[in-house]
Amino acid sequence: MKNQKNIAKEIRRKAIKKNWRLFRRSKLGMIGLYIVIFFLFLTILQPILFITGVWNKGVYDPVVGYSEQFQEFLVVECPKEYPTEKYDERSDCPGRTEVNIKTLFYSDAQVGETIIQNLQPAPPSRQHILGTDSLGRDVFSQIMEGSQVAFVLGLLSATLGVGISTILGTIAAFFGGRIDAYLMRQSDLVLMLPTLPLLFIISAFAELKIWHLAVVLGIIGGLGGSVITIKSQALQVKVKPFVDSARITGGSRMNILFSHVLPNVAPLALLFMVFSVTGAIASESVLSFLGLLNIDMSWGLMIYLAQVEGFIFSGMKFWWLILPAGLSVTFLTGGFYLVGRGLDEVFNPRLRDR
Amino acid sequence: MKNNLIEVRDLEKYFEVSGGLFSRNKSVVKAVDGISFDIPFGSSLGLVGQSGCGKTTTARVLSLLDPKTNGNVYFYNEESSSMQSIDELEGEELKKFRRNIQMIFQDPYESLNPRWNIKDIILEPLNIHNIGDLKDREEAVYEILKTVGLTPPENYMPRYPHELSGGQRQRVSIARTLIMKPKFVVCDEPTSMLDVSIRISIMDLMLNLAKDLEVSYLYITHDLAVARYMCDRIAVMFNGKIVEIAETEELLSNPIHPYTKRLISSIPIPDPSYKRERYELDFTELDSIIKSNSNNEPMVEVKDNHFVATHDIKGIL
Amino acid sequence: MNILEVKNLNMSYKTIDGEVEAVKDVSFTVKEGESFGIVGESGCGKTSVAMSLLQLQADNGKITNGEIIFDGTNIVGLSESELRKVRWSGISIVFQGAMNSWNPVVKIGEQIREAMREHYPDKTKEENTTKILELFGIVGLDSSVIDRFPHELSGGMKQRAVIALALSCDPKLIIADEPTTALDVVIQDQILNEIRKVQEVLGLSLIYISHDIAVIAEMTDNMAVMYAGRIVERGPTKEIFANPRHSYTKSLLESTPSVVGDKVKLKSLEGEPPSLINKESGCSFAPRCPYREDSCNPSLDMELVEIGTDHYVDICSAGKS
Repeated sequence: MKNQKNIAKEIRRKAIKKNWRLFRRSKLGMIGLYIVIFFLFLTILQPILFITGVWNKGVYDPVVGYSEQFQEFLVVECPKEYPTEKYDERSDCPGRTEVNIKTLFYSDAQVGETIIQNLQPAPPSRQHILGTDSLGRDVFSQIMEGSQVAFVLGLLSATLGVGISTILGTIAAFFGGRIDAYLMRQSDLVLMLPTLPLLFIISAFAELKIWHLAVVLGIIGGLGGSVITIKSQALQVKVKPFVDSARITGGSRMNILFSHVLPNVAPLALLFMVFSVTGAIASESVLSFLGLLNIDMSWGLMIYLAQVEGFIFSGMKFWWLILPAGLSVTFLTGGFYLVGRGLDEVFNPRLRDR
Repeated sequence: MKNNLIEVRDLEKYFEVSGGLFSRNKSVVKAVDGISFDIPFGSSLGLVGQSGCGKTTTARVLSLLDPKTNGNVYFYNEESSSMQSIDELEGEELKKFRRNIQMIFQDPYESLNPRWNIKDIILEPLNIHNIGDLKDREEAVYEILKTVGLTPPENYMPRYPHELSGGQRQRVSIARTLIMKPKFVVCDEPTSMLDVSIRISIMDLMLNLAKDLEVSYLYITHDLAVARYMCDRIAVMFNGKIVEIAETEELLSNPIHPYTKRLISSIPIPDPSYKRERYELDFTELDSIIKSNSNNEPMVEVKDNHFVATHDIKGIL
Repeated sequence: MNILEVKNLNMSYKTIDGEVEAVKDVSFTVKEGESFGIVGESGCGKTSVAMSLLQLQADNGKITNGEIIFDGTNIVGLSESELRKVRWSGISIVFQGAMNSWNPVVKIGEQIREAMREHYPDKTKEENTTKILELFGIVGLDSSVIDRFPHELSGGMKQRAVIALALSCDPKLIIADEPTTALDVVIQDQILNEIRKVQEVLGLSLIYISHDIAVIAEMTDNMAVMYAGRIVERGPTKEIFANPRHSYTKSLLESTPSVVGDKVKLKSLEGEPPSLINKESGCSFAPRCPYREDSCNPSLDMELVEIGTDHYVDICSAGKS
């Protein structure tokens, strides 16, 4: 019997190796995988830095940390007319390391003196590789926190959604008749509903925390179009000879549903799951950007704060408040999507080149 | 004189085809249009015909996959020592009865669940009917794998279907089919998707097992040469009806119905020096004659145990 | 006069699992007006041979060696544009399952005319239509088919139309790769009859590829038996059926049931064909050979040796003696 187990393991190892090889051949899939792994790394990095004490929580906590960034400023008085000797245009005064005396309200400094001010938000420096935001919080730490939020939200809502749609789709395929008709109409209805406006409305009635959002997204996703696709896959499995074989032997409907149909629908469901993560992350960032989420920190929130405090309109002057968060959303959703494409090639032999 | 295992009387299976969303007419496809035959214990009947003649539908009805529209199917009931109609079976009784019937499918690639390993595939019937305990069941799987020639069984039990060849998969199907020792097995062209050189080994396996376990076969095929190898009797189907039924060698040497003659004479012979004489037949004429006479007259016994449908060939006979 | 000479053809595919040698050292000739059969089971390389003849193999397949001399010219290594001239007007092919490859939204007549326009750009539509109707007459199709869509035709009619398509540019050689699988035996009989008639009327050469040895027996003058990419026996059809010499040929004949003659006990082969990936040389049939003797050494080199008039068998150097 030991021999049997060894042979089985050997065959399994070969199969896993082959699937891995197939996935690797998909360049898109591999790029996606690297991206996702990178962000996963960021997710784990933050708690490690805190636990090992490399980072001082007081300074680096993304929500309540505070770091003073002092810089010397030269006090100047900006002229009324331009151009002058020193300045070409109105926007050149005050310069980067200068401050206009007219904007100093709590200081006795005179023109020509240098004063020291707390510069928040501060550009990237050695202590803060992505700089700090207007409250002195480390941006890189915020990115890592946002990564945790994205993964939790994405995976939770995707799992919930796929779970619901797989069960509903399989039931629709299996029982047919009125149940099927009802589920299809329900799916059509949910498909018609625009997700984001729906979320806006929900957020008007109830305070949305991240868990709530995950559940809502999961349910909406689960009741939507994926039910129809999974139903069609289940229908294909239902007419296969091995299902007939189980019926002839005397298997009950539930038995056949769970042991034969569901396992064969699972690969498609897995694919859906990966794709729906991208939608979840994107939805979250939009909602946070509009200030509709009750959440401590996320990428969408970072951009929301930047906008609300007016930093977005100063062009690229405060790029570290906008670019890292925006790029993170883009890359992580893109990464998951590419992984899905890579998986598609593994499951769908016809998509492969050879 | 053997007892009959199965008696089929005037079996009909109709399918309704709706004319579309806006049409009130529902046309009916008469896939099986009144057929009757017997299958004795331990004997095999071949059901031969072209695609669309109704043989697969017959197979599905007899294996209780699809319900019949009309007619009677009687199975021998051991307890009462008499023929019992399947209409009388329901619920638990029906489930128990299903132990006696099994089916082997044509496509070795689609008839095994790709996510189950061989051991679980063969175990399933035992699990469904709760036979013995786990150890007994695994023993049974082990033994049946040896019987169908998949040795050593330990090598095959943990494997998955895609790791086996077509021939090996059909053996697994046969193992799974026979583990419950059914009395009746419906075979839907089980060798047509296999390589020519290994078909015989599968067919020989089935013939030997039939002898050892006293199993009756209903063997569906379009290949008369295969039917000749496997079956004691052959029934020829055309457009949902049986046109001729006789013992194999009798049918091949003395075909009477024009369709049978046409069928036999169309088969290529693996001998370059054999001069094959094609029997010409106008199909539209045959079709219209059959359609014009719809009162299912019983077949006529032309010779000993050789029956022919006569409503269409009275003029020719 | 030989219309086709194939000399030492080798073709392999690059796949994710390695290099598959689909065709190994295949040589045969087809005379004008002759019907040549290639028989073998799945994976023996017969379809690969057909594809190589027209250089229609998949992108990852390549002819690594050998010559294909059609009507006096070696077509291996010709450019794509030169090959296009050979295809259809020199050699045409009826594929396996070709009846399902009709474009469902274009009428049959138009699809055939499209092929003809490629080779006869100067002919008018009327001339092409007349030609098509002639061909329909030969293959037994009603003239109304020319304006029908594929879904309006039965399987047998579609296959006949495929044959008409293959004849549309007056080829000298037609390759038929399992043209009647998936067709009922009665229709198969009719189609085989049409093919024979066409051959006689037009004086065509035919290469008929099948796994069904009975069809090969009836349709061909000469034949080759293929196994694991090699030709294992080759010669006149009647001769090979009367005196099969290679063990595989014998096994094939012994495992074919028939409706005529006495009912004989048939023999079967065990095991499966070998993998064609990274194959070693030597006798690839040895593991399954029912006539194998103790002295058999499967690693010896194989070659085709003439043992009768035009009758060649693949034998190892030990077998030669």
